[in-house]
Amino acid sequence: MEPLEREHILIRPEDFDKNFSTLNLGPTHPATHGIFQNILTMHGETIIDAEQTIGYIHRAFEKIAERRPFYQITTLTDRLNYCSSPINNIGWHLTVEKLLGVKTSKRIDYMRIVIMELARITDHLICNSVIGVDSGALTGFIYLFQEREKVYEIYEEICGARLTTNLGRIGGFERDFTPDVIRKIKEFLENLPKVLRQFENLLLRNRIFMDRTIDVGGISAERALNYGFTGPNLRAAGVDYDVRVMNPYSSYDDFDFTIPIGTNGDTYDRFCVRQEEMWQSIKLVKNALENLPEGNFHEDVPEFYLPPKEEVYSKMESLIWHFKIVMGEMEVPVGEVYHSVEGGNGELGFYLVSDGGRTPFRLHFRRPGFIYYQAYPEMIKGSVLSDAILTMSSMNVIAGELDA
Amino acid sequence: MEQTLIQNSLKEKFSDEILSIDEASDILTVTVNKNCIRDIILFLKDELGFGFLTDLCGVHYPDKELQLGVVYHLHDLTHNQRIRIKTFTTLEQPEIASVHDIFSSANWMERETYDFYGVVFTGHPKLIRILNVEYLDYFPMRKEYPLEDSTRTDKDDRFFGR
Repeated sequence: MEPLEREHILIRPEDFDKNFSTLNLGPTHPATHGIFQNILTMHGETIIDAEQTIGYIHRAFEKIAERRPFYQITTLTDRLNYCSSPINNIGWHLTVEKLLGVKTSKRIDYMRIVIMELARITDHLICNSVIGVDSGALTGFIYLFQEREKVYEIYEEICGARLTTNLGRIGGFERDFTPDVIRKIKEFLENLPKVLRQFENLLLRNRIFMDRTIDVGGISAERALNYGFTGPNLRAAGVDYDVRVMNPYSSYDDFDFTIPIGTNGDTYDRFCVRQEEMWQSIKLVKNALENLPEGNFHEDVPEFYLPPKEEVYSKMESLIWHFKIVMGEMEVPVGEVYHSVEGGNGELGFYLVSDGGRTPFRLHFRRPGFIYYQAYPEMIKGSVLSDAILTMSSMNVIAGELDA
Repeated sequence: MEQTLIQNSLKEKFSDEILSIDEASDILTVTVNKNCIRDIILFLKDELGFGFLTDLCGVHYPDKELQLGVVYHLHDLTHNQRIRIKTFTTLEQPEIASVHDIFSSANWMERETYDFYGVVFTGHPKLIRILNVEYLDYFPMRKEYPLEDSTRTDKDDRFFGR
């Protein structure tokens, strides 16, 4: 039997004269927005050391994925970073398409960009508004969440779901954008800049907000790279690594957009980088929607794209394909692929090993949050407890992704 | 740096340790002896500019002699070049040198690999389970452990591939 108290919870005898105390922050602490446990060694209110415990919502996705055919794994990816599930869904589809050698048309690519950038906006909306909440400004949070709701209505219109979307299929989409979708996206794009500007007016040059966030939870570019930072957190530290530009997927290279970077890698920089990325995403969605070519919303890959239900009941060929897909009688190439997309909070990678069976032999998710959350103790050492809370929310650590 | 240049400098330095090089894959894949994994990662980082550890994970091949594999994905951000390093070991001696001091990001990824596959990373500062509960006495991602309860009779998987 293991001792009930682990070593790091006990105060070591040599610490007695230093007056250190141990604070158990979490697992369910109202200020940490999720199940994160941190065991802090404190001197007064200053943090001397921290240790994270993770795994509270581990659901064994990688094991489950080894038993599921490719098209059923999409629902697992929803639940990684659930603030931007469509990016995960499409990232997975792109990985499978890379393995199968399926090339998608420009229309599908642009439709995907529209969805992925909308998802990026929602992810950043949540993260930035929560930074506001943790520094004591609840108003901005309420403003932004109204906008997030509108994106969820767009998802609903496209795929029927809101949070865990299961959006898209291998080879394209399950259905085309309806006129309603286009209208809703246009309305959203019309309204969001106003709200974003309002939000920026509330926080960006706010004395209290700046005092609370500048030079809080900073990390140097070198340390950030060593810790495997990606996404806005890395860019805030001054490294202009963005998967969309470095390894363009889904025709991102057709579009002109800017990658904002910060200088200090502190909470304020992370906030500003996300804020600017939202403006860039608005531009991207607009451009993609304006230049949306005519064509079909899915590629002709009958081996992997489930035919519409009406055709299954009325056409022999569709029935055969449907049967073959569901029973797993398709030829899958043997091989390994690694594909990554720029997720809401960093490089979301899929390492897929296929042995030709109907399920992956091995599927590993490179979850950005899992990798960069390691740096948390280093980032909060020497700061006070309230700054530690703010640092965590600005890192955009999502519990679902952390624990896979 | 060009792929061929990377290959040549690797071959020059570690000619005896490289077991195979696969150029056909999406990323240049090099399989190496497990004894030199630290040296090769250090060489890639310091000499060839692969300064970013993208991913580290385990794979279990129950049919091979060296059953446990560890896969490293490295990225050269300056030249946008990726490389995949693989190394294999037996179930009986699952020790592989840790690279946590070369890349801080490897710390948790190695713990995760230990947690699910039982690969023992020697030199790791705190090799304990990370996502599973501490008292788990097996390594669940190994292929011999079925996903579902094997006593169930309502599901027959013979009809569904694996």
